[in-house]
Amino acid sequence: MKAAAIVHSDLAGACLTVHGARLVPDPSGGLYWPEQDTLVVADLHFEKGSGFATRGRGVLPPYDTRATLGALAGLCRRFRPRRVVCLGDSFHDRKAEARLGPDEREMLHALVGRHDWIWICGNHDPAPDFAGRIEGTISLGPLIFRHAPSPGPMPGEVAGHLHPSAAISVRGHSMRRRCFAADGARLVLPAFGAYAGGLDVRDPAFATLFDGPFHAWMLGRRAVHPVRFAQPSRPRPGNASSSR
Amino acid sequence: MARPATEAADPGAPEPGTPALPPRFATWFAGRGWTPRRHQLALVEVAKAGQSVLLIAPTGGGKTLAGFLPSLIALENRPPRRQRAKLHTHYISPLKALAADIARNLEAPVAEMGLSVKVELRTGDTSQSKRDRQRRTPPDILLTTPEQLALMLAHPSAAALFADLEAIILDELHAITESKRGDLLALDLARLGKLAPAARRVGLSATVAEPDLLRRYLVPQQAGQDRRARLVVGEAGAPAEVEVLAAAAPLPWSGHSARHALPEIYDAIRTARTALVFVNTRSQAEYLFRELWRINDDGLAIALHHGSLAAEQRRRVEAAMAAGTLRAVVCTATLDLGIDWGAVDLVLQIGAPKGSSRLLQRIGRANHRLDTPSRALLVPANRFEVLECAAARQAVHEGALDAPPKRSGALDVLAQHVLGMACSGPIDPDALYVEVISAAPYAGLDRDTFRRVVEFVEHGGYALRKYERHHRLKQDSAGLLRVANAMVARQYRLNAGTIVEAPMLKVRLVRGPISRNRTAHPAGGGLPLRGGRMLGEVEEMFIDQLVPGDTFQFAGETLRFEALREMEVLVSRSADPEPKVPSYDGGKFPLTTFLADRVRHLLADPGGWSALLAPVEEWLRIQRIRSVVPDPDSLLVETFPRGRKHYLVCYPFEGRLAHQTLGMLLTRRMERAGLHPLGFVASEYALAVWALGDLRAAHMDALFDQDMLGDDLEAWMAESSLLKRTFRTCAIIAGLIERRHPGLEKSGRQVTVSSDLVYDVLRRYEPDHILLQATWADAASGLLDVARLGAALRRVAGHIVHKPLDRISPLAVPSILEIGRESVHGAAEDALLREAADALIAEAMTLDDP
Repeated sequence: MKAAAIVHSDLAGACLTVHGARLVPDPSGGLYWPEQDTLVVADLHFEKGSGFATRGRGVLPPYDTRATLGALAGLCRRFRPRRVVCLGDSFHDRKAEARLGPDEREMLHALVGRHDWIWICGNHDPAPDFAGRIEGTISLGPLIFRHAPSPGPMPGEVAGHLHPSAAISVRGHSMRRRCFAADGARLVLPAFGAYAGGLDVRDPAFATLFDGPFHAWMLGRRAVHPVRFAQPSRPRPGNASSSR
Repeated sequence: MARPATEAADPGAPEPGTPALPPRFATWFAGRGWTPRRHQLALVEVAKAGQSVLLIAPTGGGKTLAGFLPSLIALENRPPRRQRAKLHTHYISPLKALAADIARNLEAPVAEMGLSVKVELRTGDTSQSKRDRQRRTPPDILLTTPEQLALMLAHPSAAALFADLEAIILDELHAITESKRGDLLALDLARLGKLAPAARRVGLSATVAEPDLLRRYLVPQQAGQDRRARLVVGEAGAPAEVEVLAAAAPLPWSGHSARHALPEIYDAIRTARTALVFVNTRSQAEYLFRELWRINDDGLAIALHHGSLAAEQRRRVEAAMAAGTLRAVVCTATLDLGIDWGAVDLVLQIGAPKGSSRLLQRIGRANHRLDTPSRALLVPANRFEVLECAAARQAVHEGALDAPPKRSGALDVLAQHVLGMACSGPIDPDALYVEVISAAPYAGLDRDTFRRVVEFVEHGGYALRKYERHHRLKQDSAGLLRVANAMVARQYRLNAGTIVEAPMLKVRLVRGPISRNRTAHPAGGGLPLRGGRMLGEVEEMFIDQLVPGDTFQFAGETLRFEALREMEVLVSRSADPEPKVPSYDGGKFPLTTFLADRVRHLLADPGGWSALLAPVEEWLRIQRIRSVVPDPDSLLVETFPRGRKHYLVCYPFEGRLAHQTLGMLLTRRMERAGLHPLGFVASEYALAVWALGDLRAAHMDALFDQDMLGDDLEAWMAESSLLKRTFRTCAIIAGLIERRHPGLEKSGRQVTVSSDLVYDVLRRYEPDHILLQATWADAASGLLDVARLGAALRRVAGHIVHKPLDRISPLAVPSILEIGRESVHGAAEDALLREAADALIAEAMTLDDP
C-alpha cells in the first residue's frame, strides 16, 4: 500500500461528520456544531508566553493571550453560538489565570458572560479557576467531549491535547499546518492558542486513535482542506486485519 | 603547520639585514634543512614592536608557524619561575579539527627545541573538569574556536584568565569575518582589548580582495580614526592550473547533475592520486556519490562528506583521508577549510563555482607545495554554467577575487554578546557601548539602537511591560546590570554561538520491515523502533514530503522511511533502485556579484566565444541571430507566446535569490496591470514569468521600475516564509527562543514554541521590535538579496532592451525547461493546498484501500 497523502478537494469547506454529527471546521482552528449551536476550541494555552518567562526560558512577546482571545472573540462574533466548549489546557499552567493582564481578564470575562461557557479540565489546567462551568467530560447528542483522546476505538469522541499538524509538499512547496484529525468516528481538534505547537499526524500517538485512513483537515487561510492520510494501522491482538 | 618537504623546497631566503632568529630557533630551522621565510621573520619583528598584524600567505607557506613563532620565542625567554600559570597566547580557528591539528603540529618544534611550553586544546568536546582546570591553571598556549572563546569570556573568571594574555592568533580569518560568527568574534576581540589591552593580534588569512577590511577587523576602532593592523604579504605560490571539462556526451540545456560528464569525472579521479570532488549542495553530493559507485569498476575508495552526516562518520572519512587510504571524497563546503592533506593532487568542482574566492579556496586544498601549481577541473552541468566556469577560470588566472558584500554587525549577535558579558560580571551599559563600537563591524552602531538591544536582553524590550518580575538582567544600586539568576547564565551557555541549522531531524537506522508483505503489515506495524545507528540529520522540510514506505538516498545509502517519532526519522535499508534524493535547502550559494559581472561581459563579447565549448558558441551565435545578446550594462527582456500562454524571460545574472525576489515583485505588479501572471521560475542567471495576458505590448520600463522595492516589497516580505526562516535564526541567536538540544528533547514539539508563531504575534503587536529590525537587515542581504536586486534595478534603469519574439529564443530555453521542475510561486496558499488535492487525486485512484 502506498500511503500517500490524498486530498479530496471537493470536500473543501464542507462539513466534517463525526459519529453522525455534522460539524463545521473553521480555518481558525475552531469547530462549530450548528445542530447544538455550540462552538468548540481546544488547547488555548493562555499565558504560555509568560509561563516561559516565569520558568526563566526567555521573554517571548507577551501578546499571545491577546492574540488568542482576539481570534476566539472573532469566532464568537461570527457564529454567535449559544454554548462554547473549551477542550482543556485553556490555561497554560495553574498560575496562568493569575498572570492574565487586566485587559485580557476583562475581555475573557465579557466573552464567558455572553455564552454558556464550559471549561473542560486539561492536564495543564486540571482545575481552571474562572467564571463558567468546569467539567471533566461532557456528552452532547452522539458526541462526548474530553481533553485527551482515549486510546483505542472511541466512536463519538471529540478531543484536543495532541495539537495535530500535518505537512504536505506541493510542487516543491512544503507546507505544515495545524489540522483537525478525523476518521468519521472520532475527532482531534488542532490547538487554538497563539503559541501552541503541533504534533505531526504521522507520529505514533495518532496510530492508536485511528484504525485506518483518516483526514487531516489542514487549516488554510480561507478554507479547511481535508488531506487524506493512510495511517499505518497497528495489528491488535485478535484483530490482525486492518479493514474498517 | 609547515610540512618538511614543503619547507625544504622553498627557495625563499631572508633578505639581507633581517635579524636572525634566537640561536635555539635558528639551529632548529637549520637542523631541518629549512630557511626561515621572510614573512616568518617579519612577524617576529612586528611582535617585538608589540604591534598587531595581518599575514596574507597561500597554503603551504608556513603561515601558521609564522603566527606562533613570536610566541614561542617569547616563551623561551620568560623568567623560569613564576608564581602561577599564565595564558600567554590564545589561538582561534574556525574549525575544531584544524585546532586539533595545530595542537599536534606544535608538539614537534616544542619538543625538538626543548621548550618548556604547554599547549592545550579546548573545544566543545573538552570535558568540563578539564575546562575547569584550564581556567585555574591555564596552559601557555590555548587553542580554541570562536564559540569557546565566547563561552570563556562569559565566565566570571574571564578577567583573571586573560589579564596576562600577550598574543591572540586568528587563523583562516578570511573564512570567519563575513558572517555572524565573525560579528561575535569581533565583539569578543573588543572584550579582550579591555581585559588585555597590550595583547597583540595576529590574523592569518588566504589572499582576499580587500585586506583593509581584515586589518581594521583586527584592531580596536575609534571614531574619526582609520586604525589598521600592519600588513605582511607572503610570497605567492605557483599559479593554479584550471581547466574546464569538455565531456563527450551532449551538453545539457539545464539541470545541475552533471550526469553527462560522469565517465570523465570518474576518469579524472582514476588518474589522480587523491581527488577532492566539490559539489554545491548536499543533495548533489548524495547523487554524485551514488552515480560514481555505480560505475566504479575499479573499486576505487570513494567516500562521501557533508554537513548532514553524523559527526562520527565525517571523522572517519577525515581520518581515512589523513591516512591516505582514499582516492576521492565527494564533499560540500564542509571541506572548504580543514587540515592539510598532502596527498590531494586534484580538485574537481562539479557545477559552477559561484564565486572566485570560494573556487580559489577549494583549489588551494590540492597540493600544498608552493613551487608546483594546484590542479583543478571545473565541470559545468549546463550551458550557462559553461559561461560561469569560464569566467571563474579567468578570474583565477588573474588572481581576481570577490569583494565581500558590505555588512554591518548583526543585532541578534550583539544581544547574545550583551547577555554573555553580563554573565561574566556586572555591566555598565555606557562602558559596554564604547567597547562594542571599537569592534569594526559595530563601529557605526548608534547609541539608541544599542540601548534597545540592551533592553531586549533585559526584559524583551516590549512596549507592554509585562515581565517586570522576570527580567533577565537586574539593575543594582550602582546602576550596573547583573544577570538575575543562575538559570539565565545557564540558558546563555546552552544557546551561545551563531550557527543555526534549519530544523533538523535525526535519521536512525532500524532493522527493516518485519514483514515484506507491506499490504498486510503496513509500515510501522510492530517495527522494532528502538536502537539502531544514527546516520545523521536531515532537514525537517524534506521529511515533510515523505510518507512511510518512500525511499530516499542519504549518507550514501538507499533508505526506506519507516516512521517519524518526535525528533527522529526511523529508516531501514532498501534496495529501491530509484530513491528520491533529498532536495535540501541549504548549501546553495548565490552567484557573486563579481563573477556575475564577468559572465555578463563574457556573454557580450562574441570574440571570446570561441574559447567556450562548441555547443555554447553555437547556442550564443543563434541567439544573436534570433534575438540579441545582452550587453553588460543593459537588461534583456524577451517576450514570446508559447502554447496558450505568454512568457517573459529576463537575464539579470544576479543570482537565484535576487531573481526570486524580483519574480515575486514583478508578478504582483503584472497582476495589477491585468496581465494575469501564472507563475515564475528563477535561476542563477535568469527569471522567467508566464501569464495569460499578451506580454509583448507591456511597458517594460514601468514594469521594472525600482519603486517596486517600496510598498510591494514590504507587503510581500511580511508574509514571506523566507522572512520567517530568517526570524528564526535571529530569535535563536538573540536568545528569544531556545535551541533544540539533542538529548534535552524529551517533550517534543508541542511544548516548544515555534518561531513562526512568535513571528506572527510580534509582527502584529510590535512591528518595530528590535528583532524584527534585525530580521529585516538579514533578509535584505541574505535570503531575499534585496540590496543586490536594488542595485541591479538602478543599474539597468533606462537600459531595458525589450525584444518581442514570435517564438522562444535559445537563451530562454534553459529557463523554460526549469518550469515544472522547480517550484512555482505566485499562487496563494489555499490554491496550493487545493492543488495538492487535484494533483494527487490520480494517485488516489490507484490506491488499494483497505
